[in-house]
Amino acid sequence: MQKTSKELRDIRAKTKLIFEKTRIMICCGTGCTSSKSDKILEELQKKSKELGANVIVEKTGCFGFCAKGPIIVIEPDQTFYEMVNIEDSEEIIKAVMNGTKVERLMPEEDDKFIQKWHELNFYKKQKRLALRNCGYINPEDIDEYIAVDGYLALEKVLTGMSSDKVINEVIKSGIRGRGGAGFPTGKKWQFTSSAQNDIKYVCCNADEGDPGAFMDRSILEGDPHSVIEAMAIAGFAIGSNQGYIYVRAEYPIAVQRLNIAIKQATEYGLLGTNILSTNFDFNIELRLGAGAFVCGEETALMNSIEGKRGEPRPRPPFPAFKGLFGKPTLLNNVETYANICQIILNGGDWYAKVGTESSKGTKVFALGGNINNVGLVEVPMGTTLREIVFDIGGGIPEGKNFKAAQTGGPSGGCIPTEHLDIPIDYESLTSIGSMMGSGGLIVMDDSKCMVNIAKFFLEFTVDESCGKCPTCRIGTKRMLEILTRITEGKGKIEDIERLEKLSKVMKSASLCGLGQTASNPVMSTLRYFREEYIDHIENKRCATGQCKTLTKVLIDPEKCKQCGICQKNCPYNAIKGEVRKGPFEIDQSKCVKCKVCITKCPFKAINN
Amino acid sequence: MSHCEGCNGCSVDEKVVLIAKKYISVDGGIIAALHEVQDEYGYIPESVQKYLSKELDVPMSDIYGIITFYSRFSLLPKGKYSIEVCMGTACYVKGAEDVLNTFKDELKIKEGEITKDGKFSLECIRCIGACGLAPAIVINEEVYGKMSPDKVREVLSKYN
Repeated sequence: MQKTSKELRDIRAKTKLIFEKTRIMICCGTGCTSSKSDKILEELQKKSKELGANVIVEKTGCFGFCAKGPIIVIEPDQTFYEMVNIEDSEEIIKAVMNGTKVERLMPEEDDKFIQKWHELNFYKKQKRLALRNCGYINPEDIDEYIAVDGYLALEKVLTGMSSDKVINEVIKSGIRGRGGAGFPTGKKWQFTSSAQNDIKYVCCNADEGDPGAFMDRSILEGDPHSVIEAMAIAGFAIGSNQGYIYVRAEYPIAVQRLNIAIKQATEYGLLGTNILSTNFDFNIELRLGAGAFVCGEETALMNSIEGKRGEPRPRPPFPAFKGLFGKPTLLNNVETYANICQIILNGGDWYAKVGTESSKGTKVFALGGNINNVGLVEVPMGTTLREIVFDIGGGIPEGKNFKAAQTGGPSGGCIPTEHLDIPIDYESLTSIGSMMGSGGLIVMDDSKCMVNIAKFFLEFTVDESCGKCPTCRIGTKRMLEILTRITEGKGKIEDIERLEKLSKVMKSASLCGLGQTASNPVMSTLRYFREEYIDHIENKRCATGQCKTLTKVLIDPEKCKQCGICQKNCPYNAIKGEVRKGPFEIDQSKCVKCKVCITKCPFKAINN
Repeated sequence: MSHCEGCNGCSVDEKVVLIAKKYISVDGGIIAALHEVQDEYGYIPESVQKYLSKELDVPMSDIYGIITFYSRFSLLPKGKYSIEVCMGTACYVKGAEDVLNTFKDELKIKEGEITKDGKFSLECIRCIGACGLAPAIVINEEVYGKMSPDKVREVLSKYN
């Protein structure tokens, strides 16, 4: 039933009381669900009922510390349980009932149990604005969202602000697009607002295609209403009544929660006609992406919503004037929208206090790869890469060293050790040959070959190039051929120059961002790790052993204790020999260099 | 079963008829319709393509163009157990390629192929977002994390 402002206030006041009660919050985002947190939720609810515990057991969004999943936080005292198993359910409920804690599930730092989750090193330097509700509310319950001042910004806008004033606040906040290029959001709103047309559209880009990035997914899974509310505000500001969320079909949980949220908001009259008894109408439709990286590009995304192949269109005309279905269209990314409501509630000046001169606010990064604390982190702009990797990320596992971090995914570049102390913002990352991108941050240790990584990204872009413009379609293919040659020891020294030339052409002549930036991973690795390319070309050597054609796995006969463990574990039957009858030997014709034997040998007798 | 007019007796399930009805007046609804067909059958049969082409008034050439453009759509059926190896960057730097190669070797098929008995199909997919469990694979929606070449046989044995 449609709610009035007063009814919303009542819901807010009433639901706030829940937050004072004991709540067992379990992450049911994609990461933790992959480790069966949904089953743990059921078991906790069952046990809680059986034992007659006076607690609320609820699902919530991502806490970000994915390496430690499944994660449970008990509110209001903020106890943090990590790597919880279904068998722990009863003990957790009993401890809550007795007012005690299950210490074996609590994280330890410096030999001390950490009592509250914000006290963990992982969280100390974080500032959760976009992720503020992830891990605190049940994303499938609109009342809980309303209780954390949800839909208050929409009410403020509809009942007391002009569209110019809304746009002004966004401009004042200095927020820039979180999807990659960093275009000032307020300006985008202003352009679309000034476009003259009866029909305009508001779009949300939730087609998070950067492999290894999951910021937007986590926001949609943990706080879908924040995006819906912000889109309605944007609709009011630019004069649009229809929104589209273009979300990856590969994110079933996010899709499901968005559907629930849209349904609930519609039931409450927060979407639909005459919202909050004003004359503002706004509806949102979901459109599923179908697995094409290029659809993250704005015009390709619009083609896809229109039911076509996701090929980019030439710009101009820019979407602000001629976008979806030929109408003026505002497109922002999920994380951008997730900041809007707070900018409206607290003012643009408040938001602009966080961050650097040119890049305001916070940025969410998906920290992955060779790092201890894999997960989602939100830090103020201007935080250094060193702080993210070492203070928050807990450094590199297995005693290895940091080699590089890739930001911006296939459009970005590798950042080497020498730039670890650069404060991260849009300009600084571009100046060192990378880019902010959407927020994927993949850390690589010193066992990774940079030529091989560049090849990996090019394989991706070759696959994902839509084929419309030749510079991208042919350029990426030729680059990949050259890189493959180099990793197979067939490269020539002139190939480096060829790569650089190709890159220049692709940058200047490709139709969209995909082609313009596809060579970035190659150029940045050439810039910082040129000697690795030369080593591959001139010495036919891959120092890390990752380029398999250039590698041989060998058993050191002096160290081999003839135990046969390597032979037993080899998935390819490539190891010859008999136990205690002389050292084992690898049949190079069968060996695929999977290196299982290296990890299994108890005597470290196998190397590459 | 329902027949569409004009083509020589191709017939489609009632479900497809409902899907077509649902999207007939939706702007750009063809992709949403194909999603539902893909989820229903695991691929998009030619008879369904023809039916949708007529009902939604989208040329067959466009439908073919859309199916082959988007990686989620497939023209061929998948195996009973569809193995998807995540090739996101986080999984890749943690050895997803070795995992993929072991599957290829064990099943004697390449990526994009299906075993002769139709039991397993093998595919590479882009990030599934289980980066904390890298390298990860998915078999019929079941996620297996922290994979390694020697865990491949163990996982496969569950399906034998």
